[in-house]
Amino acid sequence: MSEFAVVEAAPPIEVFQLSRDCQADTHPQKINLGVGAYRTPEGKPWILPVVKKAEAQLAKDIDAETINHEYLPVLGLDSFASAATSMVLGKDSPALKEERAFGVQSLSGTGALRNGAEFLFRQLKRTVFYFSDPTWGNHGLIFKNAGFTDARKYRYWNKDTCGFNFEGMIEDLQNAPEGAVIILHACAHNPTGVDPSQEQWGKIADVMQEKKLFPFFDCAYQGFASGDLDQDAWAVRFFVERGFEMFCSQSFSKNFGLYNERAGNLTVVVKDKSLIENMKSQITLIVRAMYSNPPAHGGRIVDLVLKDEQLFKEWCECIKVMSSRIIEMRQGLRERLEKLNTPGQWNHITEQIGMFSFTGLTPEMCQFLLKEKHVYLLKNGRISMCGVTPSNLDYLA
Amino acid sequence: MRRLFSDMMSPLPTELKSLPSFLFSCLFTYIHSHRSHQLTAILESALIAHLLRLFKYKEVGHSFFIMSEFAVVEAAPPIEVFQLSRDCQADTHTQKINLGVGAYRTPEGKPWILPVVKKAEAQLAKDIDAETINHEYLPVLGLDSFATAATSMVLGKDSPALKEERAFGVQSLSGTGALRNGAEFLFRQLKRTVFYFSDPTWGNHGLIFKNAGFTDARKYRYWNKDTCGFNFEGMIEDLQNAPEGAVIILHACAHNPTGIDPSQEQWGKIADVMQEKKLFPFFDCAYQGFASGDLDQDAWAVRFFVERGFEMFCSQSFSKNFGLYNERAGNLTVVVKDKSLIENMKSQITLIVRAMYSNPPAHGGRIVDLVLKDEQLFKEWCECIKVMSSRIIEMRQGLRERLEKLSTPGQWNHITEQIGMFSFTGLTPEMCQFLLKEKHVYLLKNGRISMCGVTPSNLDYLAESINEAVNKFK
Repeated sequence: MSEFAVVEAAPPIEVFQLSRDCQADTHPQKINLGVGAYRTPEGKPWILPVVKKAEAQLAKDIDAETINHEYLPVLGLDSFASAATSMVLGKDSPALKEERAFGVQSLSGTGALRNGAEFLFRQLKRTVFYFSDPTWGNHGLIFKNAGFTDARKYRYWNKDTCGFNFEGMIEDLQNAPEGAVIILHACAHNPTGVDPSQEQWGKIADVMQEKKLFPFFDCAYQGFASGDLDQDAWAVRFFVERGFEMFCSQSFSKNFGLYNERAGNLTVVVKDKSLIENMKSQITLIVRAMYSNPPAHGGRIVDLVLKDEQLFKEWCECIKVMSSRIIEMRQGLRERLEKLNTPGQWNHITEQIGMFSFTGLTPEMCQFLLKEKHVYLLKNGRISMCGVTPSNLDYLA
Repeated sequence: MRRLFSDMMSPLPTELKSLPSFLFSCLFTYIHSHRSHQLTAILESALIAHLLRLFKYKEVGHSFFIMSEFAVVEAAPPIEVFQLSRDCQADTHTQKINLGVGAYRTPEGKPWILPVVKKAEAQLAKDIDAETINHEYLPVLGLDSFATAATSMVLGKDSPALKEERAFGVQSLSGTGALRNGAEFLFRQLKRTVFYFSDPTWGNHGLIFKNAGFTDARKYRYWNKDTCGFNFEGMIEDLQNAPEGAVIILHACAHNPTGIDPSQEQWGKIADVMQEKKLFPFFDCAYQGFASGDLDQDAWAVRFFVERGFEMFCSQSFSKNFGLYNERAGNLTVVVKDKSLIENMKSQITLIVRAMYSNPPAHGGRIVDLVLKDEQLFKEWCECIKVMSSRIIEMRQGLRERLEKLSTPGQWNHITEQIGMFSFTGLTPEMCQFLLKEKHVYLLKNGRISMCGVTPSNLDYLAESINEAVNKFK
């Protein structure tokens, strides 16, 4: 008798099941709109030219032994963490000037969220967290496994207007208990693509300050959303200026196309810099018990690019390429739907931003698209604009 | 300071806030400048307490007393190995020796990038450039090719478990990540709470399992400091007394920190007890190939347990044997009795991984995979591990010879009888402290030295220093 007989089947993760089904499908016009990874107009993965350069350089450096494979510090490559923190906060951030912000190299966005959540649970004994309804499918599991016991939602998507339920969000935050950790999407909300306006962020900040809620930003798309690093980081920087203490998880998976190298950072902003040493020592133990120290390769690539003026410029071009292709596809899809007089409003397709679009399609419509049209999307109606190409736009619409 | 006054805080009224409290501050300042009597001193303390109480209340939003939520965070104890490295780094003494580091060093005392690793990395950079590989997400459980190769490497390609399809691998973040993945699974899915580690063991075993959810940490005796050897009877006795279902962390080879491994016969008795008491074996295999230079020899204990029919986990690290420390290449090998359970198990491990890091980093795994699958590169790699393991064995011989030549009091055969990166010298805390402070020889206070830090050029100084320390404190 096996000890493992008690192990039950876990529910499959929807996006992966979708990919598997699409992979197995032989229909020539199939479209995979589940994938959360950028695709070229030909529907292929894109290795950014600047990343290829960086990798070639790193291989040379290894060969010349100007770098090696010795353990990184537990909190990661300091140069990378500093560059990443500075990228999201802005190099002129008051938090940086006052030395009250630092970064922890983490295993992409997931790893940064987990590091931050474990710290908040273990050190600050937080148990209540809020995520938007809807949100990225993994937010709940990360926080739950980190120790949080009370998962709550704040309203976000208004399916009648296909827009932002601002009043609902404000109301739910007003009713949140003091100290609750609120997961906020820095930009390009996943899955809806709808972000609060600057004015709305102002009101959100007001409530959070009044109710003493802790902001934990998830910033997976800086640069990838609008093509502009500063614009995409506006909300995070605004909260810093408002004087919040906060965490921000950063992923370099999308904006560098480095999905499988797990390059990420947890930016920490505190009020009192004298506490930083203690905090770092505790995060050190959390990391040591999980993976000891982070993988070098992805962090080194990002570090190399962010620190080199020429490579940085090239990278900024790359993110413009990606963000503008997505915006083009949004325009193309909306045009065609309106041309076909498809019932309903379709302005949200272009008003939303980032990789994903919440189409507003109902579960039955999604099922139909899946089964009959070989169009693979999540049952909540989320489509990945990355999967849309000039050649499948017509079929999709 | 806050804690000092916390006792005084409670009886004071809470309604004094904001403007009134500012006035109080002024009053306090006045009293402070005029204090000369006990009465004013008491009043001063009361006001300090009150003001500090205001610190606690975040309602004082607009006051200039800004309180961080993180003020409650205490300093964590420093990790000894890292502190040691820092201290050694800062030391300017010309003959300093760093024997704390758990990473291989060349005879010149430098890190070594294996030539075969350089080849693999050059190949990968080419493949990226040609786009025959890319950076798309790996599966949650990792690169299947890598996990399969790693599992096969430790179990042996002719393993019954592999033939019967009842073993699989999960690409993990080196040894630590594999241990954490396995421990979280055992806690969350099998509800295990008791685990045992050897006394002594690698400093991180306890923390990994604790953070994974285990609540009951116990030790089994291992090191006999009187004999500088293996306390086999102590280990057997402690395992006999272990509760059913307890997870036992076993070192596959090259025990860290002692360097002492059970003999094959002793492993047989350990397996008997564990079978009888229904204890769960969780092997930590960080040095396969690195210990003896022979992959099969170093994996003997793991394969023996498989043949004995155990269900078990084995965490594998490629940090040492591939010199890939910072790329976090590792694997969790899982062996079960019933292969029909594997799908469910994988689905649950999938969720554990997804909530931690989603999917593993590709680079390290790809390097190992490339080498293990290519006949020529694999041969070259086997040469590399022979280079590393034999240099260490040479240093062990060198150190023992010199200590015996100097007639250093005590027995020193254990230096060469032990195996792997580390040696438990048997030096006492005072001797270690002396070596640290007076001789600039950096070792852990439990007497563990890393043989990797020993080189032909520092062997004499090291032996002399140890000799001095032992004579001084014997």
